[in-house]
Amino acid sequence: MTPRPPWPFRPRVWRSPLRGPWLTSVLGSVLLIGIPILVVTGLVSYASYNPRLGHNDTTPARGVLGFYLFSWITNPSWIYRVSQGTHVILGLVLTPVLLAKLWSVIPRLFAWPPIRSIAYALERASLVLLVGGAVFEFFTGIFNVEYFYPWKFSFYDAHFFGAWAFLVGFTVHVVLKTPRLMAALRSRSLRAELRTGVAETVPEPPEPDGLAPVAPSAPTISRRGLLGVVGGASFTVLALTLGESVDGLRGTALLAPRGRSYGGGPTDFQVNRTAAAAGIRPDVTGDSWRLVLRGPVVHQLSRPELLSLPQHTYRLPIACVEGWSTEQTWSGVRLADLARMAGARAPVSVYVQSLDENGAFGRATLSGYQVSDSRSLLALRVNGVDLSPDHGYPARVIVPAAPGVHNTKWVRQMSFEVD
Amino acid sequence: MERLRRAYGARTAHLLLLAGCFAFAGYVVDRVLQVPYAWMIGVYFVAAAVLHDFVLFPFDALADRLLRRIRLPSAHGAAPPLVNHIRIPALLSGLLFLMFFPLVLGLGERTYRSATGLGTGPYLGRWLLLTAGFFAASLLLYACRLVAARRRGSGKMEARSG
Repeated sequence: MTPRPPWPFRPRVWRSPLRGPWLTSVLGSVLLIGIPILVVTGLVSYASYNPRLGHNDTTPARGVLGFYLFSWITNPSWIYRVSQGTHVILGLVLTPVLLAKLWSVIPRLFAWPPIRSIAYALERASLVLLVGGAVFEFFTGIFNVEYFYPWKFSFYDAHFFGAWAFLVGFTVHVVLKTPRLMAALRSRSLRAELRTGVAETVPEPPEPDGLAPVAPSAPTISRRGLLGVVGGASFTVLALTLGESVDGLRGTALLAPRGRSYGGGPTDFQVNRTAAAAGIRPDVTGDSWRLVLRGPVVHQLSRPELLSLPQHTYRLPIACVEGWSTEQTWSGVRLADLARMAGARAPVSVYVQSLDENGAFGRATLSGYQVSDSRSLLALRVNGVDLSPDHGYPARVIVPAAPGVHNTKWVRQMSFEVD
Repeated sequence: MERLRRAYGARTAHLLLLAGCFAFAGYVVDRVLQVPYAWMIGVYFVAAAVLHDFVLFPFDALADRLLRRIRLPSAHGAAPPLVNHIRIPALLSGLLFLMFFPLVLGLGERTYRSATGLGTGPYLGRWLLLTAGFFAASLLLYACRLVAARRRGSGKMEARSG
């Protein structure tokens, strides 16, 4: 006689009549569509920093994990806004689905005996990458957009390398489980389930994977009800956060970290680092401020001199890696014009430095391609008024489709590199 | 080959897949070791799996088991079950707390303020109001169902006595 397994490992412990391969597969299908979108938009965001230029790379230890990098584009100007907004909002929206999926498979964690063969042991070990990776990626992402850092490591390092560790676990899981997912989905009709109330809900039959209960309790909610709760939760999260990425819905972003009002007026849009936090005092941005252009020629310009150059106005988005974004009307001098003044007709890149010496993004390198876009500006004004101190007065960069932190504020020097 | 398969417990392709998986994961670990506080990333990664399975889940399951013991006394014995009208708003509220507690409790107040120039003050009130709204809507719906059930109940009784 085999000894009785310890308490949580007894199959009779798991009583929910709703757990079973079908339910797990329905939740899994949603993640199977959603997670690849998160992965692709995440990798796109990394590429958008142009990590091969200057000190742009936030994860310089990347090794071959940056094999897909390309010079970041400027067209369409909303591409980063949509891509990164999708990454963050979809991540938030999928959180209830992830939690429901984990709930549905928890009996597997307590499968007995814990080790049946080498293959089984290896497969279970790979679940650390899958489950640890999923929870780690979702919650580092969520905490980052909420400015909560209960750790000392760099968020960029953690989220980037964590993503790769998760991705390999996810890939193995998808390869091994897709046949079972397909079979389970075929075992019941979704349409029929959505018409079945709690009184008619019967448990899925026990199966070797141990997801369905061997001793189910009476159902208190139908599968339709459970899927409705998960879908409703996702929809609630969407409704409460989408407004930080869509200008017309600003007021609905009740729980989004961003999307709040600064009291109206032309500079009422999100600030990513205040002048106070960056240590930008009025005496360094006043009459004594000069923009230094370096290239084959060195040039200094005061703000009135910049204003006397040809001014251009474009409606361009500013989109943060944290998911919020907004479109505003920027006016200023073309970066290409400034490059010419520094004697760099076709620069390879420009290294932009801010008065903010201590910020993680007080400097950024833009590509020659970004400089050459006629909409790339050193903005002096926004929505018809001078930039406010928090938005980068006296001058800030605005480049179409660039991640927000590359639109350097309080610019003091631009060094153009030529071949 | 067959002996390998029996000793291993699955097809050779399974072994190759898992070997590739761990080789790649090993490479990622090697990269992570180059960054500051790499050990802490590892600890958080493993803790992430454990935290859900051994803390969040048991808490959730226990709360739910307690909730299911609630039975409302009903004059007609035909009252619709209350349980989902409590656990669904509780679940929604709990989920929002789980996802947004740093804002609700102001845990990132300093970094939030230096980034945005604003405080996290409003989030606690918003979350409480949303919670109140979820419960109010759910209990209102329950009241409607209760009234409907009683009407049906008394209708039946009249039919029987008539």
